[in-house]
Amino acid sequence: MARVVIRDLNKTFDGVHAVKDVNLEINDKEFVVLVGPSGCGKTTTLRMVAGLESITSGQILIADKIVNELPPMDRDIAMVFQNYALYPHMNVYDNMAFGLKMRRFGRAEIDTRVKAAAEILGIQAQLQRKPRQLSGGQRQRVALGRAIVRHPKVFLFDEPLSNLDAKLRVQMRVEIKKIHARLGTTAIYVTHDQIEAMTLGDRVVVMRDGVVQQVGEPLELYNAPANRFVAGFIGSPAMNFATVTIAADADGLLWANNEGIHIKLPAEVASRLRKHVGENVTLGIRPEDLRVASSSDPADVAFDATVEVVEKLGSEILLDVKVGPSMMAAAVEPTVLAKVRDQLRLALNPDRLYFFDGPTQAAI
Amino acid sequence: MIEGAKWRRWAFFYIPLGAFIFTLLFPFYWMLVTAVRPDSELYRPWNAPNYAPFWTAHPTLDHITYLLQETLFSTWMLNTLLISVAATLISLFCGLLAGYALSRLKFRFAGMLGTAIFITYLVPQTLLFIPLADIVRNFRLGDTPWALILTYPTFLIPFCTWLLMGYFKAIPRELEECARIDGATRWQAMIHIIFPIAVPGILSAGIFAFTLSWNEFIYALVFLSSPTEKTVSVGVTSELIRGDVFYWGSLMAGALLGSIPVAFVYSFFVEYYVAGLTGAVKG
Repeated sequence: MARVVIRDLNKTFDGVHAVKDVNLEINDKEFVVLVGPSGCGKTTTLRMVAGLESITSGQILIADKIVNELPPMDRDIAMVFQNYALYPHMNVYDNMAFGLKMRRFGRAEIDTRVKAAAEILGIQAQLQRKPRQLSGGQRQRVALGRAIVRHPKVFLFDEPLSNLDAKLRVQMRVEIKKIHARLGTTAIYVTHDQIEAMTLGDRVVVMRDGVVQQVGEPLELYNAPANRFVAGFIGSPAMNFATVTIAADADGLLWANNEGIHIKLPAEVASRLRKHVGENVTLGIRPEDLRVASSSDPADVAFDATVEVVEKLGSEILLDVKVGPSMMAAAVEPTVLAKVRDQLRLALNPDRLYFFDGPTQAAI
Repeated sequence: MIEGAKWRRWAFFYIPLGAFIFTLLFPFYWMLVTAVRPDSELYRPWNAPNYAPFWTAHPTLDHITYLLQETLFSTWMLNTLLISVAATLISLFCGLLAGYALSRLKFRFAGMLGTAIFITYLVPQTLLFIPLADIVRNFRLGDTPWALILTYPTFLIPFCTWLLMGYFKAIPRELEECARIDGATRWQAMIHIIFPIAVPGILSAGIFAFTLSWNEFIYALVFLSSPTEKTVSVGVTSELIRGDVFYWGSLMAGALLGSIPVAFVYSFFVEYYVAGLTGAVKG
């Protein structure tokens, strides 16, 4: 059980600055997910924690001890890889026992631990099989088992579910969550899938181009994204963005305008935007905050839209609509009977509008 | 397997396959027939009335007996075996470490070094033997097995290094990283994880190296002179061709017996060998 602290971490590869000044404190027993598009530096950060990549500058502490110079074997961590990395010439039992053998555990202790891990993961029947005789899901279980048996201080997961099909991924996600709840080991999990990040993480770290964009609990990222990138990355379907001009009318009320949108901003939002009057800012609306307008909706929270694509998902319908110059997605009730090229009036929830500064893209 | 009509299978599968097998095996058949053919048949002119080149009605073991009793054939076999095994082991050892280092470790000039090793393999032996002869003489190794044991690696090590380098590159890096996180040092990861997985590659490199040393001719011809030190390839050709007299029966018997160990090694490891060449590592 241990805390992991990352201080001013930097990594450069042949002149490419892959990880920039990352600072992160991961508490004991916490499950932290690093998420971001490919090439954002999340895997490199994880590999530096594992000791598989040298650190250009900064410090990494595991259990309050600086591990910068420690080889991977002395960091007391376990890692699960995307391609499972099972030893193909050993059977499942030996794969799980390898780490213990290397650490000179007694035969009886190894046996107890391997069998206990196999039971947790439900792979007792496969212990004598070779990895190539297993399905993808079973292989991933063995890889998890190999990490569990060692009782390490920290679990590191490098996109462990990316090679599995969608259904199995959901199942294994639940399983990883259960295992973490049961063992309580500190875990760092890397993924490019924001749904995995949101469902697994106690806290989520969003990265882009080697820089941490925001650290927070899943709902915090969803409800209060720090910038446009986080807003667009977290949430599925992704948030809609439109460039609008902030204008004040004679009564001092603020409006967000563009060719297709003319909406009045509620007082709370207006107070934040007052100094941006006359400027172009980015308006963000989540698809789930849009609905088909009814007659009771006031005109200043609604706008006209032309339906371009209808995606019937069952529990909801996704409409891709054209609003003035921009495209937007709206997640509407499954009872809406919209067809391609229909003209609709969409209403939004004025309390759930996001605004981002034009040049800096930071949340306003 | 070819699908479709019977004639297609014959035209595109059985007949080409038969021709291929015939071409491959005919030299061995020819060696065998010649080795057991009595001299009276061997030196019969082609237009004699009962000339039968492809079989013999009176097989004899005379040539084989002559080869084994009147020449130093068994000594040559032993010499060849000793030299080939020693040169193969040395080359495999060096090739394993060099191939691993070039494929896995990051160090300056790694790429250049790999290319340089490859270039040494491209220098023809027919040129290299001249300076090597000088070196062998300076170290007073001439006419000893060491002359070959130490010079064969000049072409075997580059060969093994490149073959194994390709093989190691095909093994996922994560396996080794995982082993190192699991508590193994780089050496332990190499010995417990990488080498066992690379067994097909190591075996095919070993078989190739063994075959190349077994068949080697020029160095053996130049560096060895006394009949007791010779290898099979040189011994058979130098002792059984005297002037312009070819002892065809014994020559062929020597060639046949001399190729048995290599054929044996191949047949024994054929599965690993194929896997090694196709580079199949499944995780």
